[in-house]
Amino acid sequence: MKLDLVEVQKLEGHSARVWNVAWNPAAAGVLASCSADKTVRIWEQSSLSRSWSCKAVLEGTHTRTVKSCAWSPSGKLLATASFDGKTCVWENFATDSECVSVLQVHESEVKSVSWNASGSLLATCGRDKSVSIWEIQPEDECYCVAMLLGHSEDVKMVQWHPTMDLLFSCSYDNTIIKVWWCEDEYGDYDCVQTLSESNNGHSSTVWVISFNAAGDRMVTCSDDRTVKIWGTDIKRMQSGEGYVPWTHLCTLSGSHDRAIYSVHWSRDGIIASGAGDDTIQLFVDSDSDSVVEPAYKLLLKKEKAHTTDINSVQWAPDKESRLLASASDDQTVKIWKLVSEP
Amino acid sequence: MTLGLINANPVVQAKKERLVRTQEDQYRDDGVDPLDIYEYVRDIRDPEHPYTLEQLSVLSEESVTVDDKLDRILIKFTPTVQHCSMATIIGLCLRAKLNERLPLHYKVDILVSPGSHADEDSVNKQLNDKERVAAAMENPNLRQLVDECIFSDEI
Repeated sequence: MKLDLVEVQKLEGHSARVWNVAWNPAAAGVLASCSADKTVRIWEQSSLSRSWSCKAVLEGTHTRTVKSCAWSPSGKLLATASFDGKTCVWENFATDSECVSVLQVHESEVKSVSWNASGSLLATCGRDKSVSIWEIQPEDECYCVAMLLGHSEDVKMVQWHPTMDLLFSCSYDNTIIKVWWCEDEYGDYDCVQTLSESNNGHSSTVWVISFNAAGDRMVTCSDDRTVKIWGTDIKRMQSGEGYVPWTHLCTLSGSHDRAIYSVHWSRDGIIASGAGDDTIQLFVDSDSDSVVEPAYKLLLKKEKAHTTDINSVQWAPDKESRLLASASDDQTVKIWKLVSEP
Repeated sequence: MTLGLINANPVVQAKKERLVRTQEDQYRDDGVDPLDIYEYVRDIRDPEHPYTLEQLSVLSEESVTVDDKLDRILIKFTPTVQHCSMATIIGLCLRAKLNERLPLHYKVDILVSPGSHADEDSVNKQLNDKERVAAAMENPNLRQLVDECIFSDEI
């Protein structure tokens, strides 16, 4: 049985490179894309024709590149992070997309935004080397509850853990991935772990962090052209044992020959990566007999997936559709389907 | 912005004679010629001095290497002094000029010549971080300076 990633549709409309795509976790077939053209586009799949079209263009609020977009867990809100230093929260997409909150705390470009599992907290990060945490109150009021300093360089991405309020951040600062946790009732976040080159970490800028469904594995990708898998005993942490450190499990190298800009772990266990070599690659647990060392293998390599660099890959949140979205410097978003050929 | 010039007394070479390229030289159906790339960048003006990068020996024909099979271009440039803070600007100029001229699928890497800069690794990292370069080019002051350097031959 052979697997292939088949291109379902190419979404055109952005007038500059597309940096990020995000599937709505609650509304099937809805995705957001954001671009250097300063806009965010919402794409929806028609129930009749099954093809996607652009339903809304969010513009006029960000004055520079929009680098990252993320849906709240309810799917009702979309947060967007921009080089203009602002993070915006939008709602009401069906009728008239409206920017309901503007979060401004970073001194320079904001690079990433992430919602926690319950949608009560938002995290942002940027070139000012800081990570901010915001509480979302009723009526969409947002309050900055923490500014975390610890990275020595530009912070590229923040990502909340899928089940616990653990925040992860990764950076330009030669490798560092930091884990932030608020252990006490006072709401103070501390850096509880740093994963650097000496912990088998990356040797250059880390671009993305993504978790598996269970939350006991994490995958990261880097300028160093490798993908790394990390793991922890999350059950121990969930049962209140205190912080349980993450350790390096596996490094995948040699299949991408340019910087890897994005990686995403699907609900059914497939890791997708997108890189500056214009390829999308899929990896899975190789089910090796080795108990000591988990191993992952390359499942599929899609060459020339786009005309140039791929900046973002994201699996649709449901398990059945096996759809993957990709965003590229070629100004397009593509929808792919993972199919089995007999 | 520093008030004094980083390198007040650069060594300037005479403008190099242009090789007259024949029809045969120019006809190549198998990828891009490094000399074509060099033509695009040799006349970029230095950010501080009214001379081209070629005249200041920041660039020479040897600066450009091309991997034809993979459509990848490598440019190594030599800042005039070891602590040149203009190195990142020169790198941005090179990238901006090539972005203008090259088809989308070409990959361009820009490095300082080994040993030519005190913060070699740091400069190289900045010059090749696509996101940092994109953000820098959105800074209007920087964009204006870069445009002045890359379009100077057309004024």
